Amino acid sequence: MAAATRTARVGAARLGLVGRKLLSAVIVLWGSATAAFVAQASLPGDRATVILNIRAGQAVERTSTELAQINAQYGLQDPLVQQYFRYLRGLLVGDLGVSYQQYRPVTQIIGEQLAPTIILTLTTIVLAWIIMIFWVTLTAGRGRRISGIGSFVDTVTAGLPHYWLGIILLLVFALGLGWFPVIGGSGIQGLFLPALTLAIPLAGFMGQATRTEFENSLEQPFVLSARMRGMGDLGVRLRHVLRHSALPAVTLSGWALGATISGAVIVETVFTRAGIGKVLTTAVNTQDLPVVTGVVVLIAALYVIANLVVDAIYILIDPRLTSA
Amino acid sequence: MTSLRTVLPAGAASRSILRAAATGLYLSITVLAFFAVAAIVPGLLATHSPTALDLSHSLEGPSWQHWFGTDESGRDLYSRVVYGTRESLAIGIGATAVSISIALVLGSIAALARRFVAGAVNRVIEILFAFPTLLLALLLVAVLGPSAMTQIVAVGIGTAPGYARIIRGQILSAKDSGYVEAAVALGHSRRRILGAHIVPNAVRPLVAIITLSIGQSIVWASSLAFLGLGVAPPASEWGALLDAGRTYITQAWWLIVIPGLVIVTLALAATTLGKHIQNILEKGEK
Repeated sequence: MAAATRTARVGAARLGLVGRKLLSAVIVLWGSATAAFVAQASLPGDRATVILNIRAGQAVERTSTELAQINAQYGLQDPLVQQYFRYLRGLLVGDLGVSYQQYRPVTQIIGEQLAPTIILTLTTIVLAWIIMIFWVTLTAGRGRRISGIGSFVDTVTAGLPHYWLGIILLLVFALGLGWFPVIGGSGIQGLFLPALTLAIPLAGFMGQATRTEFENSLEQPFVLSARMRGMGDLGVRLRHVLRHSALPAVTLSGWALGATISGAVIVETVFTRAGIGKVLTTAVNTQDLPVVTGVVVLIAALYVIANLVVDAIYILIDPRLTSA
Repeated sequence: MTSLRTVLPAGAASRSILRAAATGLYLSITVLAFFAVAAIVPGLLATHSPTALDLSHSLEGPSWQHWFGTDESGRDLYSRVVYGTRESLAIGIGATAVSISIALVLGSIAALARRFVAGAVNRVIEILFAFPTLLLALLLVAVLGPSAMTQIVAVGIGTAPGYARIIRGQILSAKDSGYVEAAVALGHSRRRILGAHIVPNAVRPLVAIITLSIGQSIVWASSLAFLGLGVAPPASEWGALLDAGRTYITQAWWLIVIPGLVIVTLALAATTLGKHIQNILEKGEK
């Protein structure tokens, strides 16, 4: 009987937790959709004229028949509130609007270029974890000097601008040594340098958060007891310490997904790769706002999904959190 | 026995750590002083005119004559970097001013206003924080069109949510502290407590944040410039140098690597100094 009520209570608490997480996810999505709409509505000047000028690439006086057509197509003659709700309704069914420049639905433009960027982003996060685990396990808690060097490298790499790191890697490994293709390149060969460019600063960033936890965990009693059972130093670090110190880096990975996609804007330019970044840069240059805000809403959605996944991973790593 | 063994090497090591930290601090102050001079009197540091064309020496690598090499028109890159310092720093400082002002307003409302308002503003901060800085900046560039002013506003707004969170935390911790409780118990007015206790304690860490932020803002602004969304190329602002150098990446690596290195150096120096200030302030509080 008591056990039954207890499970019921845990179940209710878990449901409440899931509900809260979902609610906050919905609020973030709604907030970003609103920001996207405000950005579109705040283009300076009469919007129909602006759209026509963006299309033509020049600013000229427009006739009322030309304007009427655009106004009808984008529903610009309706009150803003009505446009806002129409935009939200569109988002619910996956409609991101129509590009000013390309006369095509934004979802189509983004959909064509999404795969390379997603592959790049996921590779980056995996690579960053490998680099970070290697570096932290190697240098954390190894006497002051080595730990000092370790954390210095974390700080420096975390602050490296993507464009600069990308160019150095491109110059050294593609142009200098010829190990990788200079432009584009398909498959793993073309993927490695761009992913490394994004992964190194991310590894430094996650390393800063992990290192402190790692060094604290090394002092814990369970480490001592594992050593007494005859476990080797590397085994202790990888099996016990890492698990205890990985939580901050897991949190950062959820956040990093969004940051990495926006970093892809730079990296895709450096390595002349196709992807969302390229779409975004072109759209910003031509003020093609539906495309820009489409990417923004998409990244917000990915961010929200990533954070829900992170919450799930949390519970896998630290079972104590289920009862919280 | 054990205590002796742990104390001795630790003492020696911490001394060497302190020495290393002090070296880092002096280095970063020297770097920042150099850039300050370059911004105020560039003529003092430059070896050539930043605009003098010399087509017989175009695209030459770094040498004794031209420390950072020359560009496609034979202009001396080192002198161009020196003359570009003023505009680059101005963008960094301007963006920091925008960012800290927004952060102060949002952060204090989120910490001090009535529950409903504070909650709503806090939500806004969290939503903005969910967006990567570069993405937020790009959205603003798309609306406003590229220019130096846009760079300042876009980078300022892009970096503001992070600082707003820090400021909110700072005010909240001041509000919950013993001295504020004591002041309330003594019957001081709300305004006096705010002015005499909360504001000074929340504002002091700003010195560190501002230092960090100037370096970071220059990096973000240069990222926009790299994408071709910054100041127009004839200027020798560092981001514009990067953008111009991109065309010659296969022939003249120095045109893009060196301006990038200059930006990284400045950002690293500002970060080091900012962290030192933060440490000193934290020690002072204890």
